[in-house]
Amino acid sequence: MNTAAVRFKGVSRHYGSVRAVDEVDLSIAEGEFFAMLGPSGSGKTTCLRLIAGFDQPTAGEITIFGEDTRGVPPYKRHVNTVFQDYALFPHMNVLDNVAYGLMIAGMPKAERHKRAEGALELVALPGFGGRKPSELSGGQRQRVALARALINEPRVLLLDEPLGALDLKLREQMQQELKDLQRKLGITFIFVTHDQGEALSMADRVAVFNDGKIVQIGKPEDVYYRPEVPFVADFVGSSNVLPPHVVEKIAGKWTHASVRPEAVSLVDAGLGVDGLHATVHSTAFLGTATRVSLDLDGFSMVALLPKGTRIPETGEQVHVKWSPEDLHLMDTA
Amino acid sequence: MRSDRAPLGLKIAAGAGLAFMHLPIVLIFVYAFTTEDKSYQWPPPGLTLKWFGVTWNRPDVWEALSLSLRVAAISTAIALVLGTLCAAAVSRTKFFGREAISLMVILPIALPGIITGISLRSAFNLADIPFSFWTIVLGHATFCVVVVYNNAVARFRRTSGSLVEASMDLGADGFQTFRHVILPNIATALLAGGMLAFALSFDEVIVTTFTAGQQQTLPIWMLEELVRPRERPVTNVVAMMVALVTLLPILGAYYLTRGTDTVAGQGK
Repeated sequence: MNTAAVRFKGVSRHYGSVRAVDEVDLSIAEGEFFAMLGPSGSGKTTCLRLIAGFDQPTAGEITIFGEDTRGVPPYKRHVNTVFQDYALFPHMNVLDNVAYGLMIAGMPKAERHKRAEGALELVALPGFGGRKPSELSGGQRQRVALARALINEPRVLLLDEPLGALDLKLREQMQQELKDLQRKLGITFIFVTHDQGEALSMADRVAVFNDGKIVQIGKPEDVYYRPEVPFVADFVGSSNVLPPHVVEKIAGKWTHASVRPEAVSLVDAGLGVDGLHATVHSTAFLGTATRVSLDLDGFSMVALLPKGTRIPETGEQVHVKWSPEDLHLMDTA
Repeated sequence: MRSDRAPLGLKIAAGAGLAFMHLPIVLIFVYAFTTEDKSYQWPPPGLTLKWFGVTWNRPDVWEALSLSLRVAAISTAIALVLGTLCAAAVSRTKFFGREAISLMVILPIALPGIITGISLRSAFNLADIPFSFWTIVLGHATFCVVVVYNNAVARFRRTSGSLVEASMDLGADGFQTFRHVILPNIATALLAGGMLAFALSFDEVIVTTFTAGQQQTLPIWMLEELVRPRERPVTNVVAMMVALVTLLPILGAYYLTRGTDTVAGQGK
C-alpha cells in the first residue's frame, strides 16, 4: 500500500476534561472519498480541523502524505477546506474569491483570473465572476466555495457539512456532482456529515464517530448491514437493536444483534406462529411503506411494512418475525 | 397622503424641543457678527465681519487650534491601534477574565470625566511625570480607545470567524490575512470610530484641565476667554468654526456605519 493521504496515530484533542477526540487511529488512502459520520459533538469536525491545522492535537500524531504535521500552520498544508458557512469573503467578487489562493501565492492578476474562470466552469458557474457573494443563492455560494478550495490544487479536500444549508432537492443534486467531481479530479475527499444517507451514498468508506471515538469504520454496506456495535445499528441504519437476553434465546449467544426494520414482518398473535410477542405502540404512514412501532418485553422495535400488507391497529397483539439471515450478531464488538 | 399623520400638538411639541436644543447654537453664530464686543447685547446693534479678521491674526487661537488638532490626531491613532487589538482579542478568543476586561475597557467613558481627570493627575504626580503634550494625549486616549473598541467589536461580532480560517486555509499567513480579509471588513467601522474619537478629543475640557500643564487646547482657551472679556466675539467665531469642523466627522461616521447591519461573510 502507498503512503496514506492522511493518517492518525493515537490522536486526542481534549478541552479541559472534555475529550472531543479520544485516541483516534485512522488511515485514509489517496484518492479515497472518505466520510466522517456522527451526531453533533461526536468529534468528527474536530478531526477535520486537526487535519486542516486550525487546531492542534493534545496527543498523538497526524501525518499528511507521510509528513508529520506537528507545528505546521494551516497556510503551509496542502489541504483546503470547504466551510460549513462557505466563508466567502464578502468584500470581494466571486472571481477574486476564487482567485484568492493564487493571489496570495503571488500569481499575476491576468493569469489568476483566467484560472479562476476555469475553476468556475468546473463547478458549473461560468460568467458569475463579477457578482458579489451576497448576490448568489445558497447552492451557488457552495459551488464558489468549492472552486476556491480546489484552485490551489490540494492533495486533500476537506468538506465540513458542505450540503447542510441546502434544501433537499439541491442537496441530492450536489451529492451526485461532488461524487463526479471527486472521480474526475482523483483527489482525496474527506467529508464530514451527520446525515447517514449522505455518507452512505457518497463515500467509499465511512468512519462512524461517537463520543470522540471511531466506533466503526468500513464500506457503506458493511456499516449499514453489519454494524459492530448497537450505536452504529441505531445511528446509521435506524436498525432494531436486540438486547443480549433476547438474542441468547433465539441464537444461543450472549450478544447484541440487529435486524433491519424492512426485514421485520408481523403475524397475527392468534395464529399460533412462533415469534416474539409484541404490542403495537403506534403506526405512521410514510407513502411507500408504513412504520409500525412495537413494544416488546423491555425494549422496542420498528417494522417497516410495504404497501399491501395488513397494518395492525394500535394496541393490537402481534408476533414479530424475520428470516434467520436477517439477524446480524454483533459478536465482533 | 399618509394616514398615520401626527397630531398638530405633537408636531408643535417636537418643533419646540428641537428649537430649544438648537436656537442657542444659532445665537452663538449670530454673536460672531455683532459690532459690540463688551457684553452680549440682544439684538446686536450691528453686524460686521471684522471679527473673522481679528481671529485670523490672533496667535493664541492658532496655538490652541494646533495643539487640539495634534492631540486629537495622536490620541485617535493610539486608540485605533489599541482599540482594534483589544476588540479582536475579546471577540475572537475565549480567555479567563474576558468579560472583566471588556468592562474595564468601556469604563472610562462611563466614568465622569472629572474622576478620570483627578485619578490621572494624581497618578502622573506620583510617578513624577511632568505635565506636557503627552499627558494630555494619554488622558484623551483613555476615552478614545473606548469609541474605537465599541465600533470594532460590533463589526468583529458581525464578521464570521471562519473568514480568517478560510484565508489561512488558502495559504495566507497572519499578516496577509489581516491585510486582505480583516482590514477591508472592519475598515468602515474603524473610520467611523476614529472620526468619533477625533471629535470627542477635539472638544474635551474636563480631563484636559487635569492633565494639561501650561498648554491650552482650543476648548480650554475658549473657557478662559469667556471669563476674561476682551474682543468677545472672537470666541464666537472660533466656536462657530469648531462646531462646523466637528460636525463633519460625526456626519461622516454616521453615513459610514449606516446600512451595515447584515452579517458579513455568513453563507446563510
